[in-house]
Amino acid sequence: MNNRLIISGAPHVHSPENVNKIMWGVVVALLPAAFVAVYFFGFDALVTISVAVASCLFFEWAIQKYMLKITPTVTDGSAVITGLLLAFNLPSNLPIWMTVLGSLVAIGVAKMAFGGLGKNPFNPALVARCFLLISFPVAMTSWPKIIRPLFGEGLVASPDALTGATPLGYLVDGIGQNVPVSTLMQSDVVPSYFGMFLGAHGGSLGEISAIAILLGGLYMLWRRIITWQIPVAFIGSAFVFAFILNVVNPEIYISPLAHILTGGLMLGAIFMATDMVTSPMSPKGQLLFGLGCGVLTIIIRVWGAFPEGVSFAILIMNAFVPLIDKAFKPRVFGK
Amino acid sequence: MKKKPSTLKNMLLALTLIAGAAALSVGLVVAVTEEPIALARQARLEAAIRTVLPEFDHLEEPKTQEVAGGELVFYRAYYNDEYVGTAIATFSTTGFKGLIQLMVGLLPDGTIHNIDVIRHRETPGLGDRIELRFPWPRQFQGMHPNNVNLRVRQDGGDIDAITAATITARAYLEAVRLAFDNFTIEN
Amino acid sequence: MSNIATLTRGIIKENPVFVLLLGLCPVLGVTSSAMNGLGMGIATMFVLTLSNVLISILKSQIPDNVRVPAFIVIIASFTTVVQFLMEAYTPELFTQLGVFIPLIVVNCIVLGRAEGFAMKNGVFKSFLDGIGMGLGFTLALTLLGGVREILGAGSIFDWKFIPGDGILIFILAPGAFIALGFLIAIINQLQRKKT
Repeated sequence: MNNRLIISGAPHVHSPENVNKIMWGVVVALLPAAFVAVYFFGFDALVTISVAVASCLFFEWAIQKYMLKITPTVTDGSAVITGLLLAFNLPSNLPIWMTVLGSLVAIGVAKMAFGGLGKNPFNPALVARCFLLISFPVAMTSWPKIIRPLFGEGLVASPDALTGATPLGYLVDGIGQNVPVSTLMQSDVVPSYFGMFLGAHGGSLGEISAIAILLGGLYMLWRRIITWQIPVAFIGSAFVFAFILNVVNPEIYISPLAHILTGGLMLGAIFMATDMVTSPMSPKGQLLFGLGCGVLTIIIRVWGAFPEGVSFAILIMNAFVPLIDKAFKPRVFGK
Repeated sequence: MKKKPSTLKNMLLALTLIAGAAALSVGLVVAVTEEPIALARQARLEAAIRTVLPEFDHLEEPKTQEVAGGELVFYRAYYNDEYVGTAIATFSTTGFKGLIQLMVGLLPDGTIHNIDVIRHRETPGLGDRIELRFPWPRQFQGMHPNNVNLRVRQDGGDIDAITAATITARAYLEAVRLAFDNFTIEN
Repeated sequence: MSNIATLTRGIIKENPVFVLLLGLCPVLGVTSSAMNGLGMGIATMFVLTLSNVLISILKSQIPDNVRVPAFIVIIASFTTVVQFLMEAYTPELFTQLGVFIPLIVVNCIVLGRAEGFAMKNGVFKSFLDGIGMGLGFTLALTLLGGVREILGAGSIFDWKFIPGDGILIFILAPGAFIALGFLIAIINQLQRKKT
């Protein structure tokens, strides 16, 4: 089990890393964003995270033990990560049974049906999120407002307005109504760039705070759990594409900074797209993969039917990974 | 029986006979079903008109009117030769999935009696809230478009949009306004 | 093969949907409810049986080189007949399935059975094969439609037993793929246990 992720040809260099250590490293990297979620959304966020993690672990264990009849491998941490990432992609007020159903889809449909850890072509947490989004469109887009401000930033929930649009959803909808961007940016639904950076706004519980996600990303880079190529290509290409559009007409295309700080772009670029199983192996392939994710995200956000496109973009690019790996084969040692 | 060899004569003969027989039988079925099909279509149309208008016993010849993007059809309904209202087949092309066709029933003074959806492709669970089995479209019963601003609140109107389906609600209201505006011009 | 085997093998052992995986376009497209599945299944069974019988009657008269165009003309005629009959006598069902009925013409099962069975077998056997395969197809479509309706709308044959919305993805296209995949998996598992 420990060597499941090592895929290159011989010779192998000994490394103290193994699947367990990598997986638990990712869990540690996710903690800052989890703390921010609990700070802004309170007890609800804690409940959603716990339910998602517990039910992912349970389904992984139950499917392995009773359907596949193999020794369960729940201690490798991968189900914990799937559960955490799934929770991060859900609004904190989602009914518990929907979260449990999402976990069943993530583990049962997106992971185990394809053969378990290392064999799933699509990111399980994102498959589950899209499943829930299409199945329960109202519940999945009734975003809770934050319950307390941070450094004076953020529109706080009041008893008669517990939910509201995300900044990104508000902007995209307003642009659809031909309201100029400069007017929309004045609204108190849209926080300042500093507020966006802190995460003081509504949204999926783990996606809101860019700073917390960046902290986790830096930790993973330092521990060499991820490489820089995918996040940089993803965020960079989205920024450049949005910048070009913004230059063309700033009143119908929102600023590149707003694009990368709102919605799930940071979470997607650093935690979802970098998933080892569903991303390319070679550095060049990773750059191309990140570029595709970034461009598709902006295309879906600007011209698509949904205000947010990160999860769809990553899933679409997941489908291209075998092709990308074929085009950029890792160099064979000694050649 | 021995198989016919694939000579040109055999092939031509077989295909001609089969095609001729097929054409004949399809033609026969068309002749038999023409009347029931016409009746079924008429019944569907009348059922739609009956849903949106008060009791009536006969309809005037429908009148069509060209508008930008399509046409409206007006069905004037009478009960004991007294004019009881007009059903208007109207549409909007700005639905979430394109075309939405409505039947709007207006009383002689322009008050909305009822509105039914004839055809739509909106998302189940969101946009399909415009169907009459849901409460949302029933709020229009008894409204007069001159007293109510038939726009969603986000656009400064008086109507609550459908949760997470504002685009559908907007298109629906657009179709209703189109029907009403042309109704007032007509009268 | 015995007549009974000819009749029954299409239902489970060589089920056109779950085992042969033929004609998946209407399978995925129309099965958003049990009623739609049943209606489409019966319409297909009707066309399949009639075309099987007619082709097996004419098989020695149709020269080999033009057999496919001949089959298509026959199948298309029966499909058109079904379409007119449905619009005339079951207008409710027709509004639901109307756009899918012409697809019966290009349904691989119908042409496949004509080419693979009716062309080589007697009239009565071809009739049984058409009924059997048609029943299998109907069963599969109704089952898939039922599963999707229960999960997606909380009802079965329009009888609602769970209030509110279901898991909407199951009445949309992606849910059709997921539900079909799992049904095939379950049937494979059951078949494997038997042998």
